[in-house]
Amino acid sequence: MQPLVQVQHLHKRFGDFTAVNDLSFSVYAGDIYGFLGQNGAGKSTTIRMLLTLVAPTHGSIEMFGYQLPAHRNEILRKIGAIIERPDAYKYLSAYDNLQIFARLSGIKPTPKMLMEQLEKVGLAARAKSMVKTFSQGMKQRLGIAIALIHDPQLIILDEPTNGLDPQGIADMRHLIIALRKEHKKTVIVSSHLLNEIEQVATRMIIIDKGKKVTEGSTQELFDPANTVVELQTGDEHAVEKIQASAWSHCMTATEDGLLFQIRADDVPQLAKDIVALDIPIEQFSKRHSLETLFLQLTGH
Amino acid sequence: MVYTLLKVELYKIFRKPRTYIGFIAIAVIVALIQLALKADGPTWIKLMFNGMDDMFAIQDGNVLNGYFVCFLVLNTLLIQVPLLVALVTGDLVAGEANAGTLRLLLTKPIGRSYVLLAKFLAGLVYTFILLVWMAILALFLSMLLFGTSDLLVNKSYTIIQFFVDSEGDDVFWRFVAAFAFAYAALASVAALSFMLSVFAENSIGPIVSTMSVIIVCTIISTMDLPLFTQINPYLFTSYMTAWKGMFNMAVDANGAAIRGSVYSTAALAKAMAILLGHCILFFGIALYAFRKKDILS
Repeated sequence: MQPLVQVQHLHKRFGDFTAVNDLSFSVYAGDIYGFLGQNGAGKSTTIRMLLTLVAPTHGSIEMFGYQLPAHRNEILRKIGAIIERPDAYKYLSAYDNLQIFARLSGIKPTPKMLMEQLEKVGLAARAKSMVKTFSQGMKQRLGIAIALIHDPQLIILDEPTNGLDPQGIADMRHLIIALRKEHKKTVIVSSHLLNEIEQVATRMIIIDKGKKVTEGSTQELFDPANTVVELQTGDEHAVEKIQASAWSHCMTATEDGLLFQIRADDVPQLAKDIVALDIPIEQFSKRHSLETLFLQLTGH
Repeated sequence: MVYTLLKVELYKIFRKPRTYIGFIAIAVIVALIQLALKADGPTWIKLMFNGMDDMFAIQDGNVLNGYFVCFLVLNTLLIQVPLLVALVTGDLVAGEANAGTLRLLLTKPIGRSYVLLAKFLAGLVYTFILLVWMAILALFLSMLLFGTSDLLVNKSYTIIQFFVDSEGDDVFWRFVAAFAFAYAALASVAALSFMLSVFAENSIGPIVSTMSVIIVCTIISTMDLPLFTQINPYLFTSYMTAWKGMFNMAVDANGAAIRGSVYSTAALAKAMAILLGHCILFFGIALYAFRKKDILS
């Protein structure tokens, strides 16, 4: 299958600082492609290069079969984006902002079309309100309306959950999943929040200090034999009880509690055995597998 | 596409509260000058012309007419107007970079050159409208309040009289041309602040820098030092008051003023060329930098 986005040997230097170092990756139609890395890892710089906001020092970017920057406008016509903060003109209304960016995206929006779009993101009642009166969540929803007004094939979201409350974060997660499932869109989403990426991405790349650490599908990256379960208990003899059991070989006692490195499908049996060993459970939780993978790969 | 972008840019400019600061400031200053001249104009005229105004045959004796008031307003106001222009044009790119909307704008399928050209044209349109507003208040309103008559201009200890009589009006067209020159001067200020705006991430820098450049260049223009006199002809600030050239007449072989003439057409043409040349130069630099610029804001 031909990738929708193909990036090869991308470099970006700012003076002596190398922000992106020989980065190559591919995004296929229908992917929710997670872009994962710590703050300053080079995620935003890479995304800005995809959107032609930043010029690569060298390397190639091909999208929809066209090369950047030669076919910049053809490519950008098929992309909707939110980059970091969803900024809009604060002294204009939501309706005016949407109308302006729709026109600049190359479409001639009718009032009905604009109101429908605002309705979709729950801003129809505030269509004529100035953006400066909006909460962060409302600005984010307006940003989404702007990004989607021209029905793009690819949606690029750079740190889309920044500044959102828990409800806003959950809404964003549902939106990303719906964009792929219901609207057949391809989404590139970057975040330093491992949990967020883990819940939505079908494929992902992990970058560190501008370099690719790994890339692949979620299934490929998560080794089921490498699930970490954390147990917290008030039982002083818990360690001895487990050491005397069949689970002794995969247990590590830490300051935070007891950690078990086991296969994912062994988790229910472990829970049963802990109860059988008469160990009172204060907390029994699976650590985010992506966090484990990330820490292993980046060595942080 | 440039037309659509221009409409969008003008819409944005005229929805910003700061845009109206210039219009309000001009209205207040012109109104104050008109009020002061209405109240005590004749005394002031005597002082200004050292009583020599009586020596001229002025229609109805109306030295303090609308044309004179407009000439006075232009002299006073055109020094402050660059700040009012820079207030808007210095914000056109830097303001968007600061607000974060520049990156959204530049992810749309429009070339950067078109975006910048539309912004620049919008800045020029704003400057034009500001000057038209000034013309309405300073010229037309003054004509309404003070009437029209011959214009006396005190130039280097010489008083020049421009006639409005049965042979025609030799003043009004000079004001139209003077406003055109004033526009060229303000357009070069707009281009300078616009260029500086491309290099900045907030609008304060370009506005302050523009005023600083104007102040420094004006000092250079007014100091009669050999080094400065060599560079003066190339500074756009040396031509900021080129509009005054419209109020100086050529003389015939007998030394008599030629009605309907200007003193030096060549000097006026040179001034206009240098002002427009600076506009093109500043915009060219802005365009080059903007096309190469990494948008990190």
